[in-house]
Amino acid sequence: MTKAGTAVLAPQAVGGVVRLPRRRGVELALIVVAVLLSVYGYCAVGLARTGTVPPGAAGYGAGLGVLALLAHLAVRIRAPYADPLPLPIGVLLNGLGLVLIYRLDLETPGDRAAPAQLVWSTLGVGLFIVVVFLLRDHRVLQRYSYVCVVGALAFLLLPILFPAVNGARIWIRVAGFSIQPGEFAKVLLAVFFAAYLADKRNALAYAGRRVWRMQLPTGRVLGPIVAIWLMSVGVLVLERDLGTSLLFFGQFVVLLYVATGRTGWIAVGLLLAVLGAVAVGRLEPHVGGRIADWLHPFATIEAGRGPNQLSQSLFAFAAGGILGTGLGLGHSILIGFAAKSDFILATAGEELGLAGLAGIILLYALLVERGYRAGLALREPFGRLLAVGLASILALQVFVIAGGVTGLIPLTGLAMPFLAQGGSSVVTNWAIVALLIRVSHSARRQYDGQEAM
Amino acid sequence: MTEYGGGRPMTRYIRHACAFCVLLLVALLVNAARVQVVQSGSYAANPANRRATIALYQQPRGDIVVGGRPVTGSVDTGEQLRWERTYRDGPLYAAVTGFASQLYGTAYLEHAEDGILSGTDPSLSPLPLWQDMTRRPTRGGNVVTTLNRAAQEAAYRGLAGRKGAVAAIEPATGRVLALVSAPSYDPGELSGNSEAASSAWARLNHDPEKPMLNRAVQQTYPPGSTFKVVTAAAALDAGVVRDLDASTHSPDPYRLPGTRTRLTNEGDGCRDASLRQAFAWSCNTVFAKLGVDVGATDMTATAQAFGFNDTRLRIPFAVSPSTFDTRVDRAQLALSSIGQYNTRATPLQMAMVAAAVADGGRLRTPYLVERTTRHGGETIAGGGMRPDRQVMRPSTADLLKELMTDVVRKGTGTNAAIPGAVVGGKTGTAQHGIGNSGVPYAWFVSWAQAENDPQPKVAVAVVVEDASADRGEISGGGDAAPIARDVMRAVLGR
Repeated sequence: MTKAGTAVLAPQAVGGVVRLPRRRGVELALIVVAVLLSVYGYCAVGLARTGTVPPGAAGYGAGLGVLALLAHLAVRIRAPYADPLPLPIGVLLNGLGLVLIYRLDLETPGDRAAPAQLVWSTLGVGLFIVVVFLLRDHRVLQRYSYVCVVGALAFLLLPILFPAVNGARIWIRVAGFSIQPGEFAKVLLAVFFAAYLADKRNALAYAGRRVWRMQLPTGRVLGPIVAIWLMSVGVLVLERDLGTSLLFFGQFVVLLYVATGRTGWIAVGLLLAVLGAVAVGRLEPHVGGRIADWLHPFATIEAGRGPNQLSQSLFAFAAGGILGTGLGLGHSILIGFAAKSDFILATAGEELGLAGLAGIILLYALLVERGYRAGLALREPFGRLLAVGLASILALQVFVIAGGVTGLIPLTGLAMPFLAQGGSSVVTNWAIVALLIRVSHSARRQYDGQEAM
Repeated sequence: MTEYGGGRPMTRYIRHACAFCVLLLVALLVNAARVQVVQSGSYAANPANRRATIALYQQPRGDIVVGGRPVTGSVDTGEQLRWERTYRDGPLYAAVTGFASQLYGTAYLEHAEDGILSGTDPSLSPLPLWQDMTRRPTRGGNVVTTLNRAAQEAAYRGLAGRKGAVAAIEPATGRVLALVSAPSYDPGELSGNSEAASSAWARLNHDPEKPMLNRAVQQTYPPGSTFKVVTAAAALDAGVVRDLDASTHSPDPYRLPGTRTRLTNEGDGCRDASLRQAFAWSCNTVFAKLGVDVGATDMTATAQAFGFNDTRLRIPFAVSPSTFDTRVDRAQLALSSIGQYNTRATPLQMAMVAAAVADGGRLRTPYLVERTTRHGGETIAGGGMRPDRQVMRPSTADLLKELMTDVVRKGTGTNAAIPGAVVGGKTGTAQHGIGNSGVPYAWFVSWAQAENDPQPKVAVAVVVEDASADRGEISGGGDAAPIARDVMRAVLGR
């Protein structure tokens, strides 16, 4: 694979501007590979469990294929210069997620999640197509930044009106569907952060005192940052959702750094994060318990109360070893509740092994890298910050949840992007990929042969 | 580049942020490698991790085969512990198969050959490395037993409704042909992990009849008069008796050396009897004196050569050691020599005694597993014959065969006679309990040779507890001999 973003293989001079190859053929080929891999996984589950190819294999493959092709056509028509990698990666991760959920459905015959997930995936691809078609230029979003932040806050506050589910107030239930509005909020916040910082970056960068080698911000610009921090802590306290608040805050700190280049911001950010985490960890038994589990995952076993979810998750990863047990042959269902959502990676780890897990993490890394690359190639700060923000959300989210289920950091409930059961998450991630496609289209179309500063 | 606001090099910071995100993902990979490779073993071994247990029952267990047909099976329960053991004719073979329970582990052959049956034995996989790569579980292998189905059924039928045990051996090889303990139980009741299995376990363990006690190999009994075969072998080998028909110069009653206790006999005619008469009439006085004349050293040597005091016998499951006390005074030696005092034997041990006599004084170590095979049928290991040892001189064995044949032809063991076959036997009635108040054990040990066979084909020992006959009657011949006859007939095919 060549570096589609910057490599100049066949530059053509059209109207005095250097044109990059469009690479839509590469995208199509990769989509076909992604669909075939997903269908193969689906068949492998059936073969391992019953010795026969599952009856829905052809339908599943055709459905996924049609969705992917429609998305591809939308890109071909409306964003022909877009990066060819994000769409196939999204298709592969989404397809793999469906395979893993279908596989876990076999263990819980009374509770099938794959059909609903397929519906949500369809909606997600639909949203992808709508975004690619309707959003002619991502800079339009800059005008709506304050609409975005209001929308984001509304989404965040909405679940407080609904009863808590499993200790966290992050769901709303409408007509049998549960929706996690916080997922949508993260994209809207990324737009707002990008717009706000693109506007205020100089003021943020140059104001303030110098203390030792760090430039500290002034009180005037500190206000919004403290507001964001308070919002994160508020989410944490009101909704008991450590993951989402960590995600928002992390994203904001990364963007602040990229916009201003001030390491002082990172120091302030880390300080505030630690303060918030310690305070909430002490006050909230829910959060404190997670930290205790992380420090001593087997404490419940030693206390004779049997393994908790985290130790079951670690057992699942350990059982996978390097090559895994093979799809359909693991016992990650022992994790119990949330095996299909927060802990979906444990199934991948057990049945595909370290090799498969590394593959999945590399896919995420590639997606993140393509986002950053689009940011590098763009020339206006809003687009750059938007691309960086979206890519950072993905990276942070993968780190927080994957690190949580493998015992690297305290466990917080977040959905593994594309893989985990959860409609809101899938739809949001497709929106992220659509925005990355739009941004990368703009970046590569305007490419002038020089790397932007 | 005015639009970059003073030319701040955002590119650099984007690269830094990208590097930070990549670092996070690399940390994930490193940690995943820690969990999945470095810690993998210790997590897998954690007792709270159910995977090992699930793996144990994720495939059907190999079968135990008798006479070409499996006597075991497996049933798919569809539960987390998926495959459960089943038994065809469970009570008939329980003393051999034991049980394979998801709650209580394994016993007897199910235990001794667990590696083969469960598929964990490394010899089952022809390509171990490839097996490790694919992580496909190896199918459990089969265990082919030496049992003779007809003999086993005959023994089980014969013991029906009574307490006791039967062990039968092929003298020339040591193959165990029948192994039955009564009353028996259905090991299939213990297979699962349900409430039913645990209540069956509790019921069987509290049953006063002790159905799960394997009387054929785990219970030792005073062998009583059947032990006189061993004493006679020692006397003949040591040269204490050279002529079966010469007088043994034995008093009746016999005063135990160094005591005032006088040993008597059930019948008359034991004074100065010949060995032939004494064996036929089962004279306690004669054999007590013979034992003392042979001496503790030679008596112990002969008894141990037959297999007494052997703590390491595995067939392949452990057999309780039969005992012959090595530190005795002369009075105790006298009692030991007639199968009393501390002399105790398992039914299998007494079958070995009969087998050694039948096979010219050679004793083959008994074994129960003919061979083990892969699921596909290829043999992994043949149990094969074990090394033999000469227990007594061949001439002594010939004389003993003569004595035992007389018992069946015209002595106490006529119930064991089989038309068209030479049968040798010895009855025994062992008293037990305080002051011999318990109902006696009836013993019968024997061997049989069809007229046109070159050598005896079966040696058998039968013990019946609480024999129904009144005390004083020769219940060994009445209760045990017919069972031994039926088992021998089944082996000889008559």
